[in-house]
Amino acid sequence: MILSSAMPVPASKSSSDAFIEVRGLHKAIGSQKILCGVDLRVHKGETLVIIGPSGEGKTVLMKHVIGLMRPDQGEVIVEGLHVEKLRERELKPIREKVSMMFQNAALFDSMTVEENVAFPLVESGVRDRKEIERRVHEALEVVDLAEHGKKLPVNLSGGMRKRAGIARAIVGRSHCILYDEPTASLDPLVSDVIDQMILRLQKRYGVTSLVVTHDMKSMYTIANRVAMLKRGVIKFLGTPDELRNCPDEEVQDFINGRSGITA
Amino acid sequence: MELLRLPGRAFIDFLHYLGQLAALVADLSWSVSRGILRLKLVARQIVEIGYGSQTVVIVTGAFTGAVFTFQCYTNFKQFGVESGVGAIVSVALCRELGPVLAGLMVAGRVGAAMAADIGTMKVTEQIDALRVMGVDPVGYLVLPRFIAMLVSMPLLIAESITFGLIASYIVTVFGYGVPEPWFISHMKEHTNMTDLSVGMIKGFVFGIIITLISCHQGLIAKDGAVGVGNGTTRAVVISSLTLLILNFFLSILLNYVFPMGAA
Repeated sequence: MILSSAMPVPASKSSSDAFIEVRGLHKAIGSQKILCGVDLRVHKGETLVIIGPSGEGKTVLMKHVIGLMRPDQGEVIVEGLHVEKLRERELKPIREKVSMMFQNAALFDSMTVEENVAFPLVESGVRDRKEIERRVHEALEVVDLAEHGKKLPVNLSGGMRKRAGIARAIVGRSHCILYDEPTASLDPLVSDVIDQMILRLQKRYGVTSLVVTHDMKSMYTIANRVAMLKRGVIKFLGTPDELRNCPDEEVQDFINGRSGITA
Repeated sequence: MELLRLPGRAFIDFLHYLGQLAALVADLSWSVSRGILRLKLVARQIVEIGYGSQTVVIVTGAFTGAVFTFQCYTNFKQFGVESGVGAIVSVALCRELGPVLAGLMVAGRVGAAMAADIGTMKVTEQIDALRVMGVDPVGYLVLPRFIAMLVSMPLLIAESITFGLIASYIVTVFGYGVPEPWFISHMKEHTNMTDLSVGMIKGFVFGIIITLISCHQGLIAKDGAVGVGNGTTRAVVISSLTLLILNFFLSILLNYVFPMGAA
């Protein structure tokens, strides 16, 4: 469904069912306007995938959800709490429920993979070492890194670092996980492992996921709904099937990778 | 017209900078008030700052003592008061040379490391990752460094003074053949605990200044590796200049509290 910036976001479910709600979000960085009135709603237990050209503010939008960035205008509501009104110190309740996997994993260089993955557990107050070890091992198994737990991030490949970042994001069993390009730079098999893991977390534990990706195969595999961000607004919002059949040329060019440039 | 605006803009930038440092002090105070002290990180930083700075501090102290002794002896000999070298060198080392030169060396070695470490974490989103996991970056990164610096700096200065005096003793007694009792008695007669206290207090203050300036530069780093490099350079330059300027005012102030020559 093609949307203009002025149109309200259609919701298949009620507002109270929304885990994340973004209303009229505006953000400029320096003189550049990045987001120009984004409206978006992510329902509990759904996987919403954000696609769009590079530099259109997908990661910026995601960072607003977890309070890493502050909006110039608009509202960001997570489980009923207005993120934009909370001070950094008051964001803890949200950050206990929402975790994030960063584009470049953002692992701590001075810690081993195991220590990195255990970090959120230790910081959230889990003291039982056996429990920590078990959950870390479980998370590393999911991303197929159990044998590399003792390594430092510097000794991992880019893809392995990314998987370690995912393990750290899922180990705390958050209600909602934000994934910033989870399958970028991964080989197709590992990408599929990650996709299946996102699906499994949703099906088994009802985890809500907000995923930013350029990987169309991954998007079709995991998405319940897809939002396309273009020129600072949500240009399309609908199911993957609706996206496939969307008549808009820009949308079709993007999802089919047609640049219009010929040799 | 633009030329006239420059001083005003520089003044506003300076005020803005002071405001940012004040905000960091406020965050640090809040971290202290929470009472979460990460002893393992403090211990690691004491090793980094204290143990890791041994060579530079010892070499700086020793050769400053030696060269100052050489200059004093050459000039004092003309007036036949070469036996007073021990006195003048020890007072100068305790009150000025020891703290200032050790401070400058620590600003160069430790300040640069702090700005680079924290700056790298900032540009690789590791600090954002800490925030997402509900960890206060100031409490986790700055507070342990701050405490470690407060513990290490006075000790490093005491070490620098000690090795300066040993070098002075060697040059005076073994190099110029001044009788040992003359050197020691003059030194003891003119140097007392107040002189040493001045050095220790300066070390304490310099430690605070170096940590705040360097950590702040790390926390505001942006624009990748170039930004980290620039922040590191700024950390060393600002710390060193602040230290030298502050030393002048601190010397005047401390001379009122601990007058030179007082028992």
